[in-house]
Formats: sequence, structure tokens, C-alpha cells
Amino acid sequence: MALPKYTEPHYRIWHYIYLTICAAVFFFLIAPLFVIFPLSFNAEEFLSFSDGMKRLDPDAFSLRWYKDMIYGTKNPWGLAAKNSFIIAIFATIGSVILGTVAALGLSSRHMPYKGLIMAVLISPMIVPLIISGVAIFFFMAKAGLAATHTGIVLAHIILGTPFVVITVTATLSGFDHSVTRAAASLGSDPVNTFMKITLPLILPGVISGGLFAFVTSFDEVVVVLFLAGLENTTIPIQMWTGLREQLSPTILAVATCLIILSTLILVTAELLRRRSERLRGINR
Amino acid sequence: MSSETKQILTTDGIPLEVSLKKAEKKNKIKAFLLVAPLLFFLIITYVFPIGDMLFRSVDDKMVTQMLPKTFKAMENWDGQELPEEEVFAAFHEDFIKLVEDKREGKLSTQLNYTKNGFKSIIKKLRRASKKFEEGNYKEQIMSVHKRWADVEYWRAIQRRAPEFTAQKYLKGMDMYVNEEGKIVSVEEDRRIHRVLWLRTLEIAFFVTVFCFLMAYPIAHLLATLPMKYSNLLMICVLLPFWTSLLVRTASWMILLQQQGIVNDFFVGIGLVADDNRPEMMYNKTGSYVAMTQILLPFMVLPLYSVMKTISPSLMRAGKSLGGTPFVAFWKVYFPLTIPGIGAGCLLVFILAIGYYITPALVGGASGTLISNQIAFHMKSTLDWSFASAMGLMLLSGVLVIYWLYNKIVGIDNIKLG
Repeated sequence: MALPKYTEPHYRIWHYIYLTICAAVFFFLIAPLFVIFPLSFNAEEFLSFSDGMKRLDPDAFSLRWYKDMIYGTKNPWGLAAKNSFIIAIFATIGSVILGTVAALGLSSRHMPYKGLIMAVLISPMIVPLIISGVAIFFFMAKAGLAATHTGIVLAHIILGTPFVVITVTATLSGFDHSVTRAAASLGSDPVNTFMKITLPLILPGVISGGLFAFVTSFDEVVVVLFLAGLENTTIPIQMWTGLREQLSPTILAVATCLIILSTLILVTAELLRRRSERLRGINR
Repeated sequence: MSSETKQILTTDGIPLEVSLKKAEKKNKIKAFLLVAPLLFFLIITYVFPIGDMLFRSVDDKMVTQMLPKTFKAMENWDGQELPEEEVFAAFHEDFIKLVEDKREGKLSTQLNYTKNGFKSIIKKLRRASKKFEEGNYKEQIMSVHKRWADVEYWRAIQRRAPEFTAQKYLKGMDMYVNEEGKIVSVEEDRRIHRVLWLRTLEIAFFVTVFCFLMAYPIAHLLATLPMKYSNLLMICVLLPFWTSLLVRTASWMILLQQQGIVNDFFVGIGLVADDNRPEMMYNKTGSYVAMTQILLPFMVLPLYSVMKTISPSLMRAGKSLGGTPFVAFWKVYFPLTIPGIGAGCLLVFILAIGYYITPALVGGASGTLISNQIAFHMKSTLDWSFASAMGLMLLSGVLVIYWLYNKIVGIDNIKLG
């Protein structure tokens, strides 16, 4: 953002102050994440930069915490990762199916009580997690699903569907309904129309909703803390326990892996968002 | 014109109006059927359980069911003098049954909530009741301990007769019903919950303010920079947004610890002495710093999406009409961003008010919020009805804010990145 030549000096100064403030805020946002990377390669057991690391001495760096994460004795991370992925995948599938179908109904102009139903459907996103946790725990305990994978998957479907409903409804708002009518007039049944016409067009929205649902489940700790038994431990639970008891560098190794995962998800989500914007641009 | 307008018929001979209505109804049902699976799923697994919390929070059947005959006999008692023999006899009968089922301990715990001093006299009564003779229970019970002859204790029992109670809600606000049946506050130094509510509001408020102050300039920068730069900077906002909450909290724990990088830096520039490193974690500061950074993207994104729609020519027009850049900003640009400010502030405030994980990890004792107290009662004291009551108090607060959000911005306008 270059300033025009005629800018008066004190506005020029203001402008540089503004840019400095912005830089500071961006630094505040992003820097904490990058502290984790180098420290996860620390050869020692401390969570601060050793003198060797400051000198960039190669001996001060090692992969020992990554090895500990993967091969460590009585290592909880393997089981936790397996559980986390299983739960997140099933929760995502459930959220995407329920959420997409509901979004289709919601964006129909014939839908009665739209506002009220929308409020109920997205309520799990608005209600503080701790309250959702208590409520869902009461239900699962009564249904005999506490400390089971099924219970946690159902809980995460509850928390994940609002994201799918919102993203898919947003995608459908720019959707040209004459294409489905055209399909119907050409003799296609509704299911076929959905699979062949509607779904491919709203797919970016569905996938980004699914990504939200996946991340919600994969990162969720409050509700799982109420529901999980020893067998159902997940990565967030292990991190929570680790952070509360002993902040070991192994956690940083796990955290680094999670940051890489979230970067991948971010890139996918961004690409999808741009694609969906392009598609909607053509429709307009 | 004839009085009878000719009805338009469809090819099937049905009036058009009827046919249209039928089609409309069919469409309505179709749309509803699509929403139905999710709606019913949520109602069963989520909405009902929240209702269940409401029920649990006021449910007080336990004592009612433990002393059914006593409460029946007490119906005619005015509570002025000691009750009649009839009440004592009924109480004796209920009590013997409880002792047989080994449930008198529960009764004493429950009654002790209402009035201190029940624990010991119930223990004494249990021992003495084994030698009780038939008849004249009033004398016999009163002779066990002088408190049994105190009308206050019988009034305390009577207060537990109703099946429902607001006691847990009062407790959540550090109040209780005293002997005269009036609602009063507990002593000043025991008002832990009020402190927590106020602290929750205070932290949520200031985190919102900090987020706003930090998010406004960068949202403005993102909205005004050319696409290729702003996309790159947008990643700085979105990467934390997509990163695990625990990872971000962990990074703050590393940064803020006493031997941590922030403290090292302060020592390095000579701001603090090496042997006098300030405690920045396990207190309010920790909660403030970590929550502000974690919630910042939720403020940036709504602001950005509003600022993106403001045409730069408006500012130029303001300046060309003689306004200084500051006047143009204040009179033209700022008012246009108010919907974004409202959305961002309410979103951050709602999220902050229910925060649990981050305060629990970096907040210590002075930085924990009401959510931590709810979790504590769910897991440690197992007083689920109290946890439910506090949860619902928090929820009603959030719903008021949510309602405001809906009024100001509309829930359809929630944007996710």
C-alpha cells in the first residue's frame, strides 16, 4: 500500500504506525505456533531453547521426542491417534449426511418455521461446550453409551452438523434451482437428480462443511472428557492430561504433527472456498 | 357480473386453487422430511437432555421420598410450636425403614445441606432408636438430643417437603433460604460463586475489547491490500483458526512460563531482573493473553467480510469533500463497519463466556471461569444438580446475547472464513 507522493508528513507517520501495529498483531497471532517447531526437536528435556540451540549446534537437535511419540513404552499416542481418526471419520460422515440433507430441506422456500428450526439445528454451535458436554453426558449415561466409541461419535455428530448445515445452506443460496427442474423435466427421479446434478454443484460446500466437522471432532476435548473411558482416549484427551500433569517435549512433537495436519486442512479448505466462489460467480 | 365467478379448473377437473394448495402442502412435507432426521436426532440427543438438566437442577424428590409419612403428618402442622406426637410417630416409622435400608446416612447428608447439625443427631437417633419402646415417640425422640426438641430443626425438615426446589440456583448466586424462609446472601468471605460470575463477565468483556482493538487494524489491512498480499496474510489468521485449541494453549504455556521465552526476552531487554521474573501464567494474565490470541480470528473474520464490501471510493469521496482522512474514517468508514463489529464482538463474547480448556490450563486459581466450576462439580463433587443449575444460568445468559446477535446481525449472516 504505497502512499501517494502528496501525503503530508504527519499522515505518513500515522500510516507507518498503523502498519507497525498490524505487523505486531500478525506476529502475536502466528508466532506462538512457530515456537513449537524448533522446541520439538530439542535434544534435552527442557521446554526452552538451550544454549546449544541458540548457537544452532546440530547436537542440540534430535528426533528423540518423535521417536518417543511413536515407539515410547506404555505409549498412549498410538491408541489415541487411532481412536481420534476413527471417531472423527465416522462423526464426519454422520454430520455430512444429516447436515446436507437438512440443508436441502432448509433452503427450500416451502420450508415451514424456517427460523425456529434453523435456530435448533445450529444451537450446538452457540451453546457453550461445557453445557453441551453436561447435557450430552446425561443422555449418553441414560442410553448406556457413556465410555463407548458410539457415544462419542454421536456426540461429535451433534457438534459437527451445525457447520455442515451452515456451509451447505450458504452454497445452496447461490444455487440455480432451474437446473434441477430441467433434470426433472427430462425424466430424472429426485435421487438421480441429486446425485448427478445437485451434489456435484454443491460439493465444495459439502466438503468444507465436512472439514469443519472433522476438525471439530478431531480437536474436541470438553465433551470427550465427560464421555470417554480409558479405552476411548483421544489425542486431545492425551494432550489435556499431558499439559495438566507434565509438560513433556513429546507433546510438542504431537503438536507439531497437528499443526502440519491443520495446515493441510487449511489449504484444502481455502482451495475449495475459492472454487465455490468461482462457481457462484458464474451462476450470478 | 354474475355472483358466481367461474372457477378455474385443472385438466383433472379439480379447481386450480385446491390443486395448488395440495402441491404446496406436498412441497412443505417434502422439505420438512428432509430436515426431520437431523431435527429429531438433535431433539432426542440434545434438546431433551438440556431439558433434563432443568429438571435435575430443581429436582428435590430424594428427601420427599425418604420421609413420605412424616411430610403427610406435617401437612396440618403450622410450624409455630413443636409438632404433635402424630408427626413424631410418622417420623419414627420412616426413620426405622431408612435404617433397615441403610439409607439414613443419605438423609443426614441431605438435611445437613438445609441446616447444619443434623449429622450427629441422626447418628445418635439411629443408635437410640434400637431401644425405643412402642408409643410416646415424641418424648423418646426428644430425649435423644436437645436439638430434636428444638422447633428450628423440625422446620428445617419441613422445608424439604416439596419435590422441587430453587435451592441450587440460589446457591449458584451464593444465597440460601434462612430459618424464617427469607432469601439471604451467605457471609461475605464465602461468596465464591459471585466472584466467579463477575470474573467470567470481566474476562469475557476485556478479551472482547482486546480482540476488537487488535482485529480492527488487521481486518482493515486485509480488506484494503491487493489480493495477492492479503491472501498470504489471511493465512496468518486462518492457520491459528484451524489449529487445535490444545496446541495453541500449549504454545502459550511454553511462552509464558517463568523460564519461558517471553520472560527471557523481558530479562534480555532489561525490563525485569533475572531473579525477579514475573508470574505470567496460572493467573488472570495467562487467561487474558491466551484467550485473546485464540479468539482473535473470530473477530477478524466477520470484520473482514464486512470491510471487504465497503467501496474505497467512499473514503475518497469523504476526503474530496474536505474531510481529513481521520474525519473521513470516523464519519464514513467506521459507521459502515458497525455490523461487523457487532457480529465479531458478540461471537467472541459468547465464546469467551463459556471458555473452559484454556483457563483451566493457564488460568490457575485466579484465572478460572464459571465453566471450570461446572466441570468441577460434574467430576469431583458429583453434585450434578448444582452443575446443571449453574449450566442453565450460564446458558440463559448466552441465549440473551444470542438473541441480541440475531436482532442485530441475524443468524443467517454467520460467516465461517
